[in-house]
Amino acid sequence: MEITFYLSGAIAIAATLMVITGLSAVHALLYLIVSLLAVAIVFFVLGAPFAAALEVIIYAGAIMVLFVFVMMMLNLGKAAAAKERDWLNPGMWVGPAILAALLLAELLYIFAQDGGTSPTVVVDAKAVGISLFGPYLLGVELASLLLLAGLVGACHLGWHEEREGDGAGLARRSGQGGVVADGPSRENG
Amino acid sequence: MSELAHTWTNVVVILIFVFSFAALLSWIERRLLGVWQDRYGPNRVGPFGVLQSVADAIKLLAKEDWIPPFADKALFVLAPAVIAITTLLAFAVVPVAPGIGVVDLNIGLLFFLAMSSLGVYSIVLGGWASNNKYSLLGGFRAAAQMLSYEVFMGLSLMGVVMLAGSFNLRDIVTAQEGLWFCIPQILGLITFTVAGIAEARRLPFDLPEAENELVAGFHTEYSSMKFGLFFIGEYVGIIVISAMMVTLFFGGWLGPLLPPLMWFLLKTSIIIGFFILLRASLPRPRYDQLMAYGWKVMLPLTLFNLLITGAIVLAWGL
Repeated sequence: MEITFYLSGAIAIAATLMVITGLSAVHALLYLIVSLLAVAIVFFVLGAPFAAALEVIIYAGAIMVLFVFVMMMLNLGKAAAAKERDWLNPGMWVGPAILAALLLAELLYIFAQDGGTSPTVVVDAKAVGISLFGPYLLGVELASLLLLAGLVGACHLGWHEEREGDGAGLARRSGQGGVVADGPSRENG
Repeated sequence: MSELAHTWTNVVVILIFVFSFAALLSWIERRLLGVWQDRYGPNRVGPFGVLQSVADAIKLLAKEDWIPPFADKALFVLAPAVIAITTLLAFAVVPVAPGIGVVDLNIGLLFFLAMSSLGVYSIVLGGWASNNKYSLLGGFRAAAQMLSYEVFMGLSLMGVVMLAGSFNLRDIVTAQEGLWFCIPQILGLITFTVAGIAEARRLPFDLPEAENELVAGFHTEYSSMKFGLFFIGEYVGIIVISAMMVTLFFGGWLGPLLPPLMWFLLKTSIIIGFFILLRASLPRPRYDQLMAYGWKVMLPLTLFNLLITGAIVLAWGL
């Protein structure tokens, strides 16, 4: 299991470096997803399967999807032909593919080890719940306050645009993006 | 050594079975749709047209594997592989019968949720990498739809986890001896079914590829076996969702008289048939209706279910 720990740790670091140095936002996000998956395996190896699963479900599976969603919209506007040629460079995509393949091999190895028995103490869902709502209750409450503030903020922004008259503000904004977007993407087509 | 051999036999047999069943399912679906729409469906290749999927596979393999020059090649190639890998990995935790199953994970249920949430990248990246307006729209819809429905998909299963007291799918099945969870968790079953159809992008929730408005949505630019992988991924997804419904709500392999494996296959087939019947009978909603339905109806319903289940578990000290 030590090998899987160091390997996924190295993958996480390498992938995160690629996030920082990457030129294309979407490709950088893909590296970030690989990095999060690697961190999930690190958690799993350290005996925290619950945290590992939540890392994949919430970070890699939900928050990053939102990021990709937004980046897809933004990128369309800036898809200059020169940049596009950069993305077709094999150096950009071989990396995430190999790293993800390594992670996959590791996962299969863990499965081969009878569901990943670890020498360390295993922290299961129940233990996580007990400590979250026991000694760390204040932290949970603070985090929920923060989330509530974010939610109220998002709700306020959304409400404001509704009031301007049937989403006119939203339409205007995406219209601006669309004008920029149309030029280069038509050239490519 | 013999245990290792047992594991590998399990892995290989299940993999082959799931793949061939997924391929066969394309024929079964078309035949069933034919029956329900008062026509024959494909009945020319082999007896009753059963070899239709073989013919389809040969056709797909023989077609030109075209990558549009304006596409992001790497992601374009990667996207169909992601859906096939995640759905097959999700099947790894399904407990088919005692002693049959790929892996017995303590966090099996969470692993299934994780894999189904990673599956969305396939659609989103496929749509984005195609660099085509219709594909991109399909990708957007997929991202928003799957994100919204994932939220209450996980929550709808927490009632089952409360009653069984475990994330381990085998424990969940054995906890259903006596009473299947489809009775005490009827709200959970309903919400999970809706979320499952949305996650598998089946009609009426197939807005990412809605063919009469988006050409073919996210896979407009795909041809040959890359399209085939999306196709197989979708069918494996249906099998996985059906198998999970059987495992979580219909007692998995439990049942009288027949051997456990038969019970599992029978129940799973019935639910797959139900999915196909839904496709034959329901119209597609508008996109805003879909989102509003998820957040305003389904999410409160799952929270209500959690509240009730939690209160009962607390009161009875289960």
